[in-house]
Amino acid sequence: MTTEHGDADAYEHPPWLWRTPEPKRSYDVVIVGAGGHGLATAYYLARNHGITDVAVLERGWLAGGNMARNTTIIRSNYLWDESAALYEHALGLWEGLADELEYDVFFSQRGVLNLAHSLQDVRDSVRRVEANRLNGVDAEWLSPEQVKEVCPIVDVSPDVRYPVLGATFQPRGGIAKHDWVAWAYARAADALGVSLIQDCEVTGIEVDGDRVIGVQTSRGPIAAGRVALCAAGHSSLLAEMASIRLPLQSHPLQALVSELLEPVHPTVVMSNAVHVYVSQAHKGELVLGAGIDPYNSYAQRGSFHVIEHQMAAALELFPIFARARVLRTWAGVVDVCPDASPIIGLTPVDDLYINCGWGTGGFKATPGAGWVFAHTVATGEPHPLNAPYTLDRFATGALIDEHGAAAVAH
Amino acid sequence: MLLIPCPWCGPRDEIEFHCGGQADVAYPADPHVLGDDEWAAYVFVRDNPKGPFAERWCHAAGCRRWFNVVRDTATHAILSVKLLDGTAVPA
Ligand SMILES: Cc1cc2nc3c(=O)[nH]c(=O)nc-3n(C[C@H](O)[C@H](O)[C@H](O)COP(=O)(O)OP(=O)(O)OC[C@H]3O[C@@H](n4cnc5c(N)ncnc54)[C@H](O)[C@@H]3O)c2cc1C
Ligand SMILES: [Zn+2]
Repeated sequence: MTTEHGDADAYEHPPWLWRTPEPKRSYDVVIVGAGGHGLATAYYLARNHGITDVAVLERGWLAGGNMARNTTIIRSNYLWDESAALYEHALGLWEGLADELEYDVFFSQRGVLNLAHSLQDVRDSVRRVEANRLNGVDAEWLSPEQVKEVCPIVDVSPDVRYPVLGATFQPRGGIAKHDWVAWAYARAADALGVSLIQDCEVTGIEVDGDRVIGVQTSRGPIAAGRVALCAAGHSSLLAEMASIRLPLQSHPLQALVSELLEPVHPTVVMSNAVHVYVSQAHKGELVLGAGIDPYNSYAQRGSFHVIEHQMAAALELFPIFARARVLRTWAGVVDVCPDASPIIGLTPVDDLYINCGWGTGGFKATPGAGWVFAHTVATGEPHPLNAPYTLDRFATGALIDEHGAAAVAH
Repeated sequence: MLLIPCPWCGPRDEIEFHCGGQADVAYPADPHVLGDDEWAAYVFVRDNPKGPFAERWCHAAGCRRWFNVVRDTATHAILSVKLLDGTAVPA
Protein backbone atom coordinates (compact mmCIF):
# COMPACT_ATOMS: atom_id res chain seq x y z
CA MET A 1 0.00 0.00 0.00
CA THR A 2 1.48 3.35 -0.93
CA THR A 3 1.04 6.34 1.28
CA GLU A 4 0.90 10.04 0.68
CA HIS A 5 4.53 10.10 1.73
CA GLY A 6 5.32 8.17 -1.42
CA ASP A 7 7.56 5.62 0.22
CA ALA A 8 5.52 2.45 0.43
CA ASP A 9 7.90 0.32 2.46
CA ALA A 10 8.81 2.84 5.11
CA TYR A 11 5.19 3.32 6.15
CA GLU A 12 3.88 -0.24 6.05
CA HIS A 13 2.12 -1.43 9.18
CA PRO A 14 4.51 -3.29 11.44
CA PRO A 15 4.66 -6.58 9.52
CA TRP A 16 5.42 -8.67 12.57
CA LEU A 17 2.02 -8.33 14.28
CA TRP A 18 0.07 -10.34 11.70
CA ARG A 19 0.59 -12.09 8.37
CA THR A 20 -0.67 -10.69 5.07
CA PRO A 21 -1.92 -13.82 3.29
CA GLU A 22 -3.37 -13.96 -0.21
CA PRO A 23 -7.12 -14.55 -0.11
CA LYS A 24 -8.13 -18.21 -0.52
CA ARG A 25 -11.10 -19.09 -2.75
CA SER A 26 -13.21 -20.24 0.19
CA TYR A 27 -13.57 -19.96 3.98
CA ASP A 28 -15.95 -21.26 6.64
CA VAL A 29 -16.60 -17.68 7.73
CA VAL A 30 -15.98 -14.39 5.94
CA ILE A 31 -16.15 -11.26 8.09
CA VAL A 32 -16.55 -7.98 6.22
CA GLY A 33 -14.72 -5.07 7.84
CA ALA A 34 -11.49 -5.12 9.87
CA GLY A 35 -12.51 -2.51 12.40
CA GLY A 36 -12.51 -3.31 16.09
CA HIS A 37 -15.77 -5.26 15.82
CA GLY A 38 -14.68 -7.40 12.87
CA LEU A 39 -11.34 -8.19 14.49
CA ALA A 40 -12.87 -8.98 17.89
CA THR A 41 -15.49 -11.19 16.21
CA ALA A 42 -12.75 -13.09 14.39
CA TYR A 43 -10.75 -13.53 17.58
CA TYR A 44 -13.69 -14.84 19.63
CA LEU A 45 -14.81 -17.13 16.78
CA ALA A 46 -11.41 -18.78 17.03
CA ARG A 47 -10.90 -18.56 20.78
CA ASN A 48 -14.42 -19.35 22.06
CA HIS A 49 -15.74 -21.54 19.26
CA GLY A 50 -12.69 -23.12 17.63
CA ILE A 51 -13.63 -21.74 14.21
CA THR A 52 -10.37 -20.68 12.59
CA ASP A 53 -11.00 -20.96 8.84
CA VAL A 54 -11.96 -17.30 8.91
CA ALA A 55 -11.07 -14.35 6.69
CA VAL A 56 -11.56 -10.75 7.69
CA LEU A 57 -11.87 -8.69 4.49
CA GLU A 58 -11.05 -4.99 4.69
CA ARG A 59 -11.40 -2.58 1.81
CA GLY A 60 -8.84 -0.14 3.23
CA TRP A 61 -6.27 -0.80 5.87
CA LEU A 62 -6.79 -2.65 9.11
CA ALA A 63 -8.77 -0.56 11.60
CA GLY A 64 -8.57 2.59 9.46
CA GLY A 65 -12.31 3.29 9.72
CA ASN A 66 -14.14 4.48 12.81
CA MET A 67 -11.79 2.38 14.89
CA ALA A 68 -9.01 4.87 14.16
CA ARG A 69 -11.25 7.92 14.39
CA ASN A 70 -13.14 7.61 17.64
CA THR A 71 -12.62 9.40 20.93
CA THR A 72 -12.24 6.04 22.76
CA ILE A 73 -14.63 6.66 25.63
CA ILE A 74 -15.56 3.45 27.44
CA ARG A 75 -18.44 3.21 29.92
CA SER A 76 -21.47 1.03 30.63
CA ASN A 77 -23.85 3.47 32.34
CA TYR A 78 -26.74 2.98 29.92
CA LEU A 79 -30.34 3.20 31.06
CA TRP A 80 -32.13 0.06 29.86
CA ASP A 81 -31.47 -3.46 31.13
CA GLU A 82 -30.58 -4.74 27.65
CA SER A 83 -27.98 -2.02 27.17
CA ALA A 84 -26.52 -2.19 30.66
CA ALA A 85 -26.07 -5.94 30.25
CA LEU A 86 -24.32 -5.68 26.90
CA TYR A 87 -22.04 -2.73 27.69
CA GLU A 88 -21.23 -4.06 31.16
CA HIS A 89 -20.24 -7.41 29.64
CA ALA A 90 -17.91 -5.44 27.37
CA LEU A 91 -16.52 -3.44 30.28
CA GLY A 92 -15.77 -6.65 32.17
CA LEU A 93 -13.84 -7.90 29.14
CA TRP A 94 -11.98 -4.58 28.83
CA GLU A 95 -10.76 -5.02 32.40
CA GLY A 96 -8.98 -8.25 31.47
CA LEU A 97 -8.21 -7.52 27.84
CA ALA A 98 -4.50 -6.74 27.94
CA ASP A 99 -3.84 -9.95 29.89
CA GLU A 100 -6.12 -11.99 27.68
CA LEU A 101 -4.52 -10.75 24.46
CA GLU A 102 -1.02 -10.51 25.95
CA TYR A 103 -0.69 -7.05 24.48
CA ASP A 104 -1.20 -3.68 26.08
CA VAL A 105 -4.33 -1.71 25.14
CA PHE A 106 -3.76 1.17 27.59
CA PHE A 107 -7.17 0.81 29.17
CA SER A 108 -7.19 3.63 31.69
CA GLN A 109 -10.09 3.52 34.18
CA ARG A 110 -10.00 7.20 35.00
CA GLY A 111 -13.78 7.48 35.35
CA VAL A 112 -16.47 9.13 33.24
CA LEU A 113 -18.56 12.13 34.31
CA ASN A 114 -21.85 12.88 32.53
CA LEU A 115 -22.82 16.42 33.49
CA ALA A 116 -26.35 17.65 34.16
CA HIS A 117 -27.25 21.26 33.32
CA SER A 118 -31.00 21.43 33.84
CA LEU A 119 -33.53 20.05 36.29
CA GLN A 120 -34.64 17.56 33.66
CA ASP A 121 -31.01 16.47 33.19
CA VAL A 122 -30.75 16.01 36.96
CA ARG A 123 -33.88 13.85 37.12
CA ASP A 124 -32.79 11.74 34.14
CA SER A 125 -29.29 11.35 35.54
CA VAL A 126 -30.38 10.32 39.03
CA ARG A 127 -32.78 7.85 37.49
CA ARG A 128 -29.95 6.43 35.40
CA VAL A 129 -27.69 6.11 38.44
CA GLU A 130 -30.36 4.08 40.23
CA ALA A 131 -31.03 1.95 37.15
CA ASN A 132 -27.30 1.32 36.79
CA ARG A 133 -26.98 0.21 40.41
CA LEU A 134 -29.89 -2.19 40.05
CA ASN A 135 -28.00 -3.67 37.12
CA GLY A 136 -24.74 -4.00 39.05
CA VAL A 137 -23.08 -1.13 37.16
CA ASP A 138 -20.98 1.21 39.31
CA ALA A 139 -22.61 4.64 39.34
CA GLU A 140 -22.72 7.66 41.61
CA TRP A 141 -24.54 10.97 41.62
CA LEU A 142 -22.14 13.85 42.33
CA SER A 143 -22.88 17.40 43.44
CA PRO A 144 -21.11 20.27 41.64
CA GLU A 145 -18.56 20.39 44.47
CA GLN A 146 -17.87 16.68 44.06
CA VAL A 147 -17.53 17.19 40.30
CA LYS A 148 -14.87 19.77 41.08
CA GLU A 149 -13.03 17.25 43.26
CA VAL A 150 -12.97 14.65 40.49
CA CYS A 151 -12.09 17.15 37.75
CA PRO A 152 -10.76 20.43 39.17
CA ILE A 153 -10.66 22.21 35.80
CA VAL A 154 -14.43 22.08 35.25
CA ASP A 155 -16.08 25.44 35.88
CA VAL A 156 -18.88 24.70 38.36
CA SER A 157 -19.71 28.30 39.19
CA PRO A 158 -23.46 29.03 39.12
CA ASP A 159 -23.20 32.13 36.94
CA VAL A 160 -22.40 30.55 33.59
CA ARG A 161 -25.05 30.14 30.93
CA TYR A 162 -25.59 26.42 31.57
CA PRO A 163 -24.39 25.82 35.13
CA VAL A 164 -23.27 22.35 36.18
CA LEU A 165 -26.01 21.07 38.52
CA GLY A 166 -24.25 17.77 39.17
CA ALA A 167 -23.09 14.70 37.28
CA THR A 168 -23.27 10.96 37.10
CA PHE A 169 -19.92 9.31 37.67
CA GLN A 170 -18.83 5.86 36.58
CA PRO A 171 -15.40 5.28 38.15
CA ARG A 172 -14.72 2.12 36.11
CA GLY A 173 -15.21 3.96 32.81
CA GLY A 174 -12.30 5.49 30.94
CA ILE A 175 -10.37 5.39 27.68
CA ALA A 176 -8.09 2.99 25.78
CA LYS A 177 -5.73 3.35 22.85
CA HIS A 178 -7.83 2.41 19.85
CA ASP A 179 -4.95 1.45 17.56
CA TRP A 180 -3.45 -0.82 20.17
CA VAL A 181 -6.81 -2.49 20.75
CA ALA A 182 -7.07 -3.24 17.02
CA TRP A 183 -3.48 -4.46 16.82
CA ALA A 184 -3.95 -6.64 19.91
CA TYR A 185 -7.04 -8.34 18.45
CA ALA A 186 -5.43 -8.62 15.01
CA ARG A 187 -2.29 -10.21 16.41
CA ALA A 188 -4.23 -12.64 18.60
CA ALA A 189 -6.67 -13.61 15.83
CA ASP A 190 -3.80 -14.10 13.40
CA ALA A 191 -2.00 -16.34 15.89
CA LEU A 192 -5.12 -18.53 16.06
CA GLY A 193 -5.13 -18.93 12.26
CA VAL A 194 -7.48 -16.17 11.10
CA SER A 195 -6.59 -14.51 7.76
CA LEU A 196 -6.58 -10.73 7.83
CA ILE A 197 -6.87 -9.46 4.27
CA GLN A 198 -6.54 -5.74 3.66
CA ASP A 199 -7.12 -3.82 0.43
CA CYS A 200 -9.98 -6.21 -0.40
CA GLU A 201 -13.34 -4.53 -0.93
CA VAL A 202 -16.52 -6.58 -0.87
CA THR A 203 -18.49 -5.54 -3.96
CA GLY A 204 -21.24 -8.16 -3.96
CA ILE A 205 -22.92 -10.74 -1.77
CA GLU A 206 -23.81 -14.07 -3.38
CA VAL A 207 -27.13 -15.52 -2.30
CA ASP A 208 -28.46 -18.89 -3.51
CA GLY A 209 -32.15 -19.25 -2.72
CA ASP A 210 -32.39 -18.21 0.95
CA ARG A 211 -28.71 -18.78 1.79
CA VAL A 212 -25.57 -16.74 1.47
CA ILE A 213 -22.80 -18.63 -0.34
CA GLY A 214 -20.02 -16.09 -0.69
CA VAL A 215 -18.92 -12.62 -1.63
CA GLN A 216 -17.54 -10.83 -4.66
CA THR A 217 -14.46 -8.75 -3.91
CA SER A 218 -12.00 -6.46 -5.61
CA ARG A 219 -9.67 -9.47 -5.44
CA GLY A 220 -12.09 -11.99 -6.92
CA PRO A 221 -14.94 -14.15 -5.67
CA ILE A 222 -14.66 -15.82 -2.27
CA ALA A 223 -17.02 -18.61 -1.22
CA ALA A 224 -18.16 -18.67 2.40
CA GLY A 225 -20.24 -20.92 4.63
CA ARG A 226 -21.25 -17.90 6.64
CA VAL A 227 -20.84 -14.17 6.11
CA ALA A 228 -20.72 -11.69 8.99
CA LEU A 229 -21.03 -7.96 8.30
CA CYS A 230 -19.09 -5.56 10.55
CA ALA A 231 -18.92 -2.57 8.22
CA ALA A 232 -20.06 0.19 10.61
CA GLY A 233 -21.11 3.28 8.58
CA HIS A 234 -21.27 1.31 5.32
CA SER A 235 -23.63 -1.46 6.48
CA SER A 236 -26.58 -0.20 4.42
CA LEU A 237 -24.53 -0.52 1.25
CA LEU A 238 -23.47 -4.08 2.05
CA ALA A 239 -26.92 -5.22 3.15
CA GLU A 240 -28.35 -3.83 -0.06
CA MET A 241 -26.08 -6.23 -1.96
CA ALA A 242 -28.21 -9.00 -0.42
CA SER A 243 -31.45 -7.04 -1.06
CA ILE A 244 -31.88 -6.18 2.63
CA ARG A 245 -32.97 -2.68 3.64
CA LEU A 246 -31.78 -1.66 7.09
CA PRO A 247 -33.26 1.04 9.35
CA LEU A 248 -29.98 2.96 9.29
CA GLN A 249 -28.83 6.41 8.28
CA SER A 250 -25.14 7.25 7.83
CA HIS A 251 -23.87 10.54 9.20
CA PRO A 252 -20.49 12.20 9.65
CA LEU A 253 -19.22 12.38 13.23
CA GLN A 254 -16.23 14.58 13.93
CA ALA A 255 -13.53 14.74 16.54
CA LEU A 256 -10.51 16.92 17.12
CA VAL A 257 -7.36 17.03 19.19
CA SER A 258 -5.36 19.87 20.66
CA GLU A 259 -1.62 20.20 20.73
CA LEU A 260 0.15 18.18 23.44
CA LEU A 261 -0.36 19.60 26.92
CA GLU A 262 0.83 18.77 30.41
CA PRO A 263 -1.60 16.48 32.25
CA VAL A 264 -4.49 18.76 33.22
CA HIS A 265 -7.57 16.62 32.72
CA PRO A 266 -7.74 13.56 35.00
CA THR A 267 -11.01 11.96 33.88
CA VAL A 268 -13.53 11.93 31.00
CA VAL A 269 -16.19 14.65 30.92
CA MET A 270 -19.29 14.39 28.77
CA SER A 271 -22.12 16.86 28.47
CA ASN A 272 -25.18 16.11 26.45
CA ALA A 273 -26.73 19.51 26.97
CA VAL A 274 -23.89 21.84 25.97
CA HIS A 275 -22.74 18.98 23.79
CA VAL A 276 -19.11 18.14 24.00
CA TYR A 277 -17.05 15.29 25.42
CA VAL A 278 -13.47 15.70 26.47
CA SER A 279 -10.62 13.60 27.75
CA GLN A 280 -6.86 13.87 27.64
CA ALA A 281 -5.05 11.23 25.66
CA HIS A 282 -2.14 9.29 27.15
CA LYS A 283 0.31 11.40 25.15
CA GLY A 284 -1.30 14.70 26.24
CA GLU A 285 -3.66 15.87 23.50
CA LEU A 286 -7.11 17.01 24.58
CA VAL A 287 -9.54 14.83 22.63
CA LEU A 288 -12.91 16.46 21.88
CA GLY A 289 -16.01 15.10 20.23
CA ALA A 290 -19.57 16.28 19.78
CA GLY A 291 -22.65 15.39 17.77
CA ILE A 292 -23.27 14.12 14.27
CA ASP A 293 -24.00 16.39 11.34
CA PRO A 294 -27.76 16.35 10.71
CA TYR A 295 -27.62 15.19 7.08
CA ASN A 296 -26.58 11.86 5.56
CA SER A 297 -23.02 11.67 4.32
CA TYR A 298 -20.31 9.19 3.46
CA ALA A 299 -17.74 11.93 2.89
CA GLN A 300 -15.78 11.46 6.13
CA ARG A 301 -15.84 15.17 6.77
CA GLY A 302 -18.28 17.25 8.72
CA SER A 303 -19.26 20.89 9.00
CA PHE A 304 -17.16 23.60 10.54
CA HIS A 305 -20.03 25.00 12.61
CA VAL A 306 -20.21 21.71 14.52
CA ILE A 307 -16.59 22.16 15.54
CA GLU A 308 -17.23 25.79 16.49
CA HIS A 309 -20.16 24.73 18.63
CA GLN A 310 -18.25 22.00 20.43
CA MET A 311 -15.31 24.30 21.12
CA ALA A 312 -17.65 26.92 22.53
CA ALA A 313 -19.16 24.26 24.79
CA ALA A 314 -15.72 23.06 25.85
CA LEU A 315 -14.61 26.59 26.67
CA GLU A 316 -17.67 27.19 28.79
CA LEU A 317 -16.90 24.07 30.83
CA PHE A 318 -13.12 24.43 30.81
CA PRO A 319 -12.05 28.08 30.68
CA ILE A 320 -8.47 26.81 31.05
CA PHE A 321 -8.58 25.56 27.42
CA ALA A 322 -8.93 29.12 26.05
CA ARG A 323 -5.46 29.21 24.54
CA ALA A 324 -5.10 25.58 23.52
CA ARG A 325 -4.49 25.17 19.81
CA VAL A 326 -6.34 22.70 17.61
CA LEU A 327 -3.93 20.31 16.00
CA ARG A 328 -6.18 18.13 13.87
CA THR A 329 -9.84 17.51 13.05
CA TRP A 330 -11.38 14.56 11.20
CA ALA A 331 -14.62 12.66 10.78
CA GLY A 332 -15.89 9.11 10.56
CA VAL A 333 -19.12 7.79 9.07
CA VAL A 334 -21.46 6.36 11.70
CA ASP A 335 -24.67 4.46 11.08
CA VAL A 336 -27.49 5.49 13.37
CA CYS A 337 -30.57 3.38 14.22
CA PRO A 338 -33.94 4.98 14.98
CA ASP A 339 -33.72 3.85 18.64
CA ALA A 340 -30.00 4.68 19.06
CA SER A 341 -29.18 1.02 19.75
CA PRO A 342 -27.29 -1.42 17.52
CA ILE A 343 -28.54 -4.35 15.47
CA ILE A 344 -26.66 -7.60 16.18
CA GLY A 345 -28.03 -10.82 14.86
CA LEU A 346 -29.61 -12.78 12.05
CA THR A 347 -30.87 -11.39 8.76
CA PRO A 348 -33.62 -12.59 6.42
CA VAL A 349 -30.86 -14.42 4.48
CA ASP A 350 -29.65 -17.68 6.09
CA ASP A 351 -26.02 -17.71 7.26
CA LEU A 352 -25.74 -13.94 6.74
CA TYR A 353 -25.30 -12.09 10.03
CA ILE A 354 -25.19 -8.40 10.78
CA ASN A 355 -23.56 -6.19 13.39
CA CYS A 356 -24.29 -2.51 12.76
CA GLY A 357 -26.05 0.61 13.94
CA TRP A 358 -23.65 1.40 16.78
CA GLY A 359 -23.89 5.02 15.84
CA THR A 360 -21.59 7.20 17.87
CA GLY A 361 -20.88 4.69 20.63
CA GLY A 362 -19.61 1.31 19.47
CA PHE A 363 -15.96 1.48 20.48
CA LYS A 364 -16.76 0.81 24.13
CA ALA A 365 -18.63 -2.30 23.06
CA THR A 366 -15.82 -3.75 20.96
CA PRO A 367 -14.98 -6.81 23.13
CA GLY A 368 -18.61 -7.48 24.05
CA ALA A 369 -19.88 -7.00 20.51
CA GLY A 370 -17.22 -9.36 19.18
CA TRP A 371 -18.06 -11.92 21.86
CA VAL A 372 -21.82 -12.05 21.25
CA PHE A 373 -21.54 -11.70 17.49
CA ALA A 374 -19.05 -14.59 17.34
CA HIS A 375 -21.53 -16.65 19.34
CA THR A 376 -24.31 -15.75 16.90
CA VAL A 377 -22.21 -16.59 13.85
CA ALA A 378 -20.87 -19.82 15.36
CA THR A 379 -24.20 -21.20 16.60
CA GLY A 380 -26.69 -19.57 14.25
CA GLU A 381 -28.53 -18.25 17.33
CA PRO A 382 -28.14 -15.01 19.21
CA HIS A 383 -26.32 -15.01 22.54
CA PRO A 384 -28.75 -14.07 25.36
CA LEU A 385 -27.04 -10.66 25.53
CA ASN A 386 -27.76 -9.79 21.90
CA ALA A 387 -31.12 -11.54 21.61
CA PRO A 388 -33.00 -8.23 22.12
CA TYR A 389 -30.92 -6.51 19.42
CA THR A 390 -32.75 -8.03 16.47
CA LEU A 391 -33.64 -6.45 13.20
CA ASP A 392 -37.20 -7.58 13.99
CA ARG A 393 -37.56 -5.18 16.87
CA PHE A 394 -38.63 -2.42 14.51
CA ALA A 395 -41.61 -4.54 13.48
CA THR A 396 -42.42 -5.98 16.92
CA GLY A 397 -42.03 -2.60 18.60
CA ALA A 398 -39.58 -3.90 21.23
CA LEU A 399 -37.24 -0.95 20.71
CA ILE A 400 -34.29 -0.25 22.99
CA ASP A 401 -34.66 3.50 23.14
CA GLU A 402 -31.32 4.75 24.39
CA HIS A 403 -31.44 8.31 23.07
CA GLY A 404 -31.05 9.64 26.61
CA ALA A 405 -28.22 7.44 27.83
CA ALA A 406 -26.41 7.35 24.52
CA ALA A 407 -25.18 10.68 25.93
CA VAL A 408 -24.81 12.09 22.45
CA ALA A 409 -27.86 13.80 21.11
CA HIS A 410 -28.58 12.21 17.75
CA MET B 1 -20.20 23.05 5.22
CA LEU B 2 -22.99 23.08 2.66
CA LEU B 3 -24.11 26.05 0.59
CA ILE B 4 -27.79 25.34 0.00
CA PRO B 5 -29.73 27.16 -2.72
CA CYS B 6 -33.09 28.19 -1.26
CA PRO B 7 -35.49 28.62 -4.22
CA TRP B 8 -36.77 31.87 -2.71
CA CYS B 9 -33.77 33.40 -0.94
CA GLY B 10 -30.83 32.09 -2.95
CA PRO B 11 -27.72 30.29 -1.71
CA ARG B 12 -27.35 30.34 2.07
CA ASP B 13 -25.12 28.68 4.62
CA GLU B 14 -26.34 25.29 5.91
CA ILE B 15 -26.75 26.62 9.46
CA GLU B 16 -29.85 28.50 8.28
CA PHE B 17 -31.55 25.22 7.31
CA HIS B 18 -33.16 22.23 8.92
CA CYS B 19 -32.66 18.87 7.22
CA GLY B 20 -35.88 16.86 7.01
CA GLY B 21 -34.50 13.55 5.77
CA GLN B 22 -35.52 11.61 2.69
CA ALA B 23 -37.92 13.31 0.29
CA ASP B 24 -40.97 11.80 -1.40
CA VAL B 25 -41.82 9.24 1.27
CA ALA B 26 -45.56 8.99 0.77
CA TYR B 27 -47.96 8.11 3.56
CA PRO B 28 -49.36 4.62 2.84
CA ALA B 29 -52.22 4.87 0.37
CA ASP B 30 -54.32 2.29 2.24
CA PRO B 31 -52.98 2.20 5.82
CA HIS B 32 -55.52 -0.37 6.97
CA VAL B 33 -54.05 -3.16 4.88
CA LEU B 34 -50.49 -2.72 6.20
CA GLY B 35 -48.97 -5.45 8.38
CA ASP B 36 -46.31 -4.85 11.06
CA ASP B 37 -43.41 -5.33 8.64
CA GLU B 38 -44.85 -2.81 6.22
CA TRP B 39 -45.47 -0.30 9.00
CA ALA B 40 -41.92 -0.82 10.24
CA ALA B 41 -40.62 -0.20 6.74
CA TYR B 42 -42.68 2.97 6.42
CA VAL B 43 -41.86 4.36 9.87
CA PHE B 44 -38.23 3.32 10.32
CA VAL B 45 -36.59 2.47 7.00
CA ARG B 46 -35.28 5.12 4.64
CA ASP B 47 -32.84 4.96 1.74
CA ASN B 48 -29.22 5.46 2.75
CA PRO B 49 -27.33 5.65 -0.54
CA LYS B 50 -23.73 6.62 -1.16
CA GLY B 51 -24.41 8.96 -4.06
CA PRO B 52 -27.45 10.99 -5.16
CA PHE B 53 -30.11 11.25 -2.43
CA ALA B 54 -33.39 13.17 -2.59
CA GLU B 55 -33.98 14.97 0.69
CA ARG B 56 -36.10 17.73 2.17
CA TRP B 57 -34.74 20.97 3.57
CA CYS B 58 -36.49 23.81 5.37
CA HIS B 59 -35.01 27.31 5.27
CA ALA B 60 -35.68 27.52 8.99
CA ALA B 61 -33.80 30.76 9.70
CA GLY B 62 -34.98 32.42 6.48
CA CYS B 63 -38.25 32.16 4.58
CA ARG B 64 -39.21 29.00 6.54
CA ARG B 65 -40.32 27.19 3.40
CA TRP B 66 -39.67 23.53 2.52
CA PHE B 67 -38.17 22.28 -0.74
CA ASN B 68 -36.43 19.20 -2.12
CA VAL B 69 -32.80 18.79 -3.02
CA VAL B 70 -30.91 15.97 -4.69
CA ARG B 71 -27.49 15.91 -3.01
CA ASP B 72 -24.62 13.49 -3.54
CA THR B 73 -23.84 12.01 -0.11
CA ALA B 74 -20.31 11.10 -1.19
CA THR B 75 -19.25 14.48 -2.61
CA HIS B 76 -21.84 16.86 -1.07
CA ALA B 77 -22.55 18.28 -4.54
CA ILE B 78 -26.10 19.60 -4.88
CA LEU B 79 -27.41 18.15 -8.11
CA SER B 80 -30.91 19.60 -8.37
CA VAL B 81 -33.53 21.58 -6.49
CA LYS B 82 -37.29 21.19 -6.74
CA LEU B 83 -40.35 22.76 -5.20
CA LEU B 84 -42.65 20.41 -3.33
CA ASP B 85 -44.99 20.22 -6.34
CA GLY B 86 -42.10 18.86 -8.39
CA THR B 87 -41.25 22.05 -10.31
CA ALA B 88 -37.54 22.17 -11.03
CA VAL B 89 -35.65 25.26 -9.88
CA PRO B 90 -32.32 26.27 -11.41
CA ALA B 91 -29.80 25.41 -8.65
C1 LIG C 1 -15.43 10.82 15.66
C2 LIG C 1 -15.93 9.58 16.34
C3 LIG C 1 -15.91 9.49 17.72
C4 LIG C 1 -16.37 8.34 18.37
N1 LIG C 1 -16.24 8.26 19.72
C5 LIG C 1 -16.59 7.11 20.36
C6 LIG C 1 -16.37 6.98 21.75
O1 LIG C 1 -15.82 7.88 22.41
N2 LIG C 1 -16.76 5.82 22.36
C7 LIG C 1 -17.36 4.83 21.67
O2 LIG C 1 -17.74 3.82 22.29
N3 LIG C 1 -17.56 4.91 20.32
C8 LIG C 1 -17.19 6.02 19.65
N4 LIG C 1 -17.37 6.13 18.29
C9 LIG C 1 -18.07 5.04 17.57
C10 LIG C 1 -17.15 3.89 17.23
O3 LIG C 1 -15.97 4.34 16.62
C11 LIG C 1 -17.88 2.91 16.28
O4 LIG C 1 -19.16 2.62 16.79
C12 LIG C 1 -17.15 1.61 16.14
O5 LIG C 1 -15.79 1.86 15.84
C13 LIG C 1 -17.79 0.78 15.00
O6 LIG C 1 -17.25 -0.52 14.86
P1 LIG C 1 -15.91 -0.86 14.04
O7 LIG C 1 -14.78 -0.50 14.92
O8 LIG C 1 -15.91 -2.23 13.57
O9 LIG C 1 -16.07 0.11 12.77
P2 LIG C 1 -14.96 0.53 11.70
O10 LIG C 1 -13.62 0.67 12.34
O11 LIG C 1 -15.50 1.67 10.93
O12 LIG C 1 -14.93 -0.81 10.83
C14 LIG C 1 -15.69 -1.04 9.67
C15 LIG C 1 -14.73 -1.42 8.57
O13 LIG C 1 -15.45 -1.93 7.47
C16 LIG C 1 -14.74 -1.58 6.31
N5 LIG C 1 -15.63 -1.72 5.15
C17 LIG C 1 -16.71 -0.97 4.85
N6 LIG C 1 -17.25 -1.38 3.70
C18 LIG C 1 -16.49 -2.42 3.26
C19 LIG C 1 -16.55 -3.26 2.11
N7 LIG C 1 -17.49 -3.11 1.17
N8 LIG C 1 -15.61 -4.22 1.98
C20 LIG C 1 -14.65 -4.38 2.91
N9 LIG C 1 -14.54 -3.61 4.00
C21 LIG C 1 -15.46 -2.64 4.19
C22 LIG C 1 -14.29 -0.16 6.59
O14 LIG C 1 -13.21 0.22 5.76
C23 LIG C 1 -13.92 -0.23 8.07
O15 LIG C 1 -12.55 -0.46 8.30
C24 LIG C 1 -16.91 7.26 17.61
C25 LIG C 1 -16.94 7.34 16.21
C26 LIG C 1 -16.45 8.49 15.57
C27 LIG C 1 -16.47 8.54 14.07
ZN1 LIG D 1 -35.51 30.84 1.98
